[in-house]
Amino acid sequence: MQLIGILVIVVGFILKLDTIAVVLSAGVITGLLGGMDITEILNTLGSTFITQRSMALFLLLLPIIGLCERYGLKERATYLIQKIKGMSAGRIATLYLFIRELAIAAGVKLGHAEFVRPLIEPMAQGAAASQYGEIDEETEEEIKAMSAAADNFGNFFAQNIFVANSGVLLIVGTLEELGYNVDALAVAKASIPIAIVALIFGFIQNMVIDKKIATRYAKKGGTK
Amino acid sequence: MSNSVLLEIFYVCVGLLMYLVAFNIIKDANSPARIGTTLFWGILGTIFTFGSLLPGTLVGALLIVIGILTATKQVKMGKVNAPQPSFSMEQAKALGNKVFIPSLTIAALVILIAKFTSYSGTVAIGIAAFVTVIITMLLTKANGKAVAEESNRMLQAVGVTAILPQLLAALGSLFTAAGVGDVIANNISQFIPEGNVLIGVAAYCIGMALFTMIMGNAFAAFSVITVGIGVPFVFMQGGNIVVCSALALTAGYCGTLLTPMAANFNMLPVALLNIKNKNAVIKHQAFVAIPLLIVHIALMYFLGF
Repeated sequence: MQLIGILVIVVGFILKLDTIAVVLSAGVITGLLGGMDITEILNTLGSTFITQRSMALFLLLLPIIGLCERYGLKERATYLIQKIKGMSAGRIATLYLFIRELAIAAGVKLGHAEFVRPLIEPMAQGAAASQYGEIDEETEEEIKAMSAAADNFGNFFAQNIFVANSGVLLIVGTLEELGYNVDALAVAKASIPIAIVALIFGFIQNMVIDKKIATRYAKKGGTK
Repeated sequence: MSNSVLLEIFYVCVGLLMYLVAFNIIKDANSPARIGTTLFWGILGTIFTFGSLLPGTLVGALLIVIGILTATKQVKMGKVNAPQPSFSMEQAKALGNKVFIPSLTIAALVILIAKFTSYSGTVAIGIAAFVTVIITMLLTKANGKAVAEESNRMLQAVGVTAILPQLLAALGSLFTAAGVGDVIANNISQFIPEGNVLIGVAAYCIGMALFTMIMGNAFAAFSVITVGIGVPFVFMQGGNIVVCSALALTAGYCGTLLTPMAANFNMLPVALLNIKNKNAVIKHQAFVAIPLLIVHIALMYFLGF
């Protein structure tokens, strides 16, 4: 019965209903079906929301990013990228994916607000602009999605290489509770192969999209 | 100052930014959905500023009010002063590469503070924001009004998505409290035949991905699915526990790439980069996530046994 809440979420997302309202309704329904009363439900929702406020701290960076944009960040990034020969949007995304993996494997966190919006995405757009001149909306959207995904791929699949990462600690802790003693370093080592595979897959996808964009502009005859 | 005191100060600052947006909306007579949008940002500002003093039940009730506002389309973006392209072009020439100093300072400070002090990564973001906003103002000679205008513009652009990660975390804890995880693990394990290693491995990986998609969080999935599927169908059949459990968690991350429930990874970038199609990032990631999930099954089968 508790699974009806999940159904609400799935249907709500598919029908593109208002996300916040869908999430709240799913929560209330799940709680009621799980035998909680309304104050208990509100209390769980509210208390978690308060303790998770740290998730919103990236908002403090937004004024700085906004200021930098006003003072020409994107224009300068585009200008610099255009001076380097042979750069494409896909290559920038792959390069960032590689750096993101190396950094997180050493325990260093980058991110969408800190890196992708102010630096990587404008550089990728700039690279495409230097190849094809004016960029259409479809291409622009593809490059945005590609830049955002590079961050996620690198972050997810290389983070467990860092021994003190929370994922490694979760694995060790959970297994300990189940009566298995495992070494964190061994878990980190076992996480290396998938990080390499993820890098290769990301590289291939970015290359395919580069090709797709090139074909699109060759058809238009808009290549410089 | 201790970690928790600093965090509380930063939460108040986020709250003040939200009040700033509310103030901008209410003083603009032409803004669409003026009352609803002011209420939305005002309530959020209050939750962030006074969160630690407010009882959870009241905050829960305020969240329901916010839900009613967004469901009835009472929250809309107001007028913002977007930067003039000609102005940005001129400044880019004048500042040159100095315009990168703030972004690089943020990154460097976050890394250094988290590495070399006892402050947590989240506190480091707050400290970096403070130091860098001052550096940026000195560098660009922008005044307080420009900072306020940019805060207003950027916050409104991110809009309601800003609180989605937190809201989904709250939903996750409700799911856990209501016992959703156990129900799912029991249901999946009923369908797995015993004694087949490949089916066991596939069920562990796919179970992790699916459950992560539902919860939006691979951590929540890991303990539930490892107990329900991993131990009986993989570990008990002789799978290497270290290799299989490490791959199980990243198999869960394949699910993270595919779900709007993981709002901070998939929905927030859509808002941050102003992508028109809400699902563009997930759609793009699917082309890697699904093949990668198959690779997980293969790796667990060949490396784990």
